[in-house]
Amino acid sequence: MSETQHGAAEHDHGHDHGDHGHAPPQPDDKVHSYYQILGQALKELLIEKGIVTADEVREAIEKRDSITPARGARIVARAWTDPIYKALLMRDANQAAADMGAPTPNTHLVAVENTDAVHNVIVCTLCSCYPRELLGLPPSWYKSRQYRARIVREPRAVLREFGTDLSDEVEIRVHDSTADIRYLVVPLQPKGTEAMSADELESLITRDSMIGVAEVKAPT
Amino acid sequence: MAKDLQPGDPVRVREDYPPGHIRTPVFIRGKRGVVTQVFGAFENPEITAYELTGPKKMLYAVRFRQVDIWPDYTGPTQDTVDIDIYEHWLEKAEGRAS
Repeated sequence: MSETQHGAAEHDHGHDHGDHGHAPPQPDDKVHSYYQILGQALKELLIEKGIVTADEVREAIEKRDSITPARGARIVARAWTDPIYKALLMRDANQAAADMGAPTPNTHLVAVENTDAVHNVIVCTLCSCYPRELLGLPPSWYKSRQYRARIVREPRAVLREFGTDLSDEVEIRVHDSTADIRYLVVPLQPKGTEAMSADELESLITRDSMIGVAEVKAPT
Repeated sequence: MAKDLQPGDPVRVREDYPPGHIRTPVFIRGKRGVVTQVFGAFENPEITAYELTGPKKMLYAVRFRQVDIWPDYTGPTQDTVDIDIYEHWLEKAEGRAS
């Protein structure tokens, strides 16, 4: 029988509903796009030919999925509280990340610092380049054509839609990561948090503030 | 081609529209900016995308003023876009960048 005709009146799946029915079970077999099928076929071929194992593919995905923006937040919090570390971060972000236990072997990393005069925001207008080794997978809006097209065209309007309304005195500097460089925004430390420890500050620093579409807020 | 650029050098992005895998966004072609950083020599993705090998290319960060990119830009004149561009897309520009 068809799943869509499922209900109290007719069912054949081994248990009784008495006088009530239930919604049809949700099928999880959505239609795959051309590229999803291509990716699946490539993976199966690589496994069949013994180039990688299914377990290695799974492990790589698991590892990638385990990276969260907390990695970036630890780096930023230390930079806020340790001027020598901050100087290293601005000079050699790969080394600074490695020093915090976050090696970035596949990335040429550059930190860009927000100040009272400059607000940085990152995008990849050509695809979805993102500092994945520090922030994890990018949010879906970061990959959207809307964000990618508009942040370089009308950055102030886009930032306002994110709730970030910046003064006309501030320079908005958009970084389009079109090549091998990945950018991490070092947001401005909120006023009134000077006495907080790096551990305490870390919890304030969000993903969006390290992309540059938001500012870090002091705890209320 | 401009491979010996220094921070502060005014440049112009080549106005060219070749087919294929190109890492210089269309919206910036023909625009003038200023080199802000020299990243060094990198593999050229416009070649490696086809599994070919070629000489490495110098990679620069180039800063453009929004008002120079979009004639109808309504924000303040100090707003900028920094774009990472390989040497073969850049030409030295005369005088100061606008």
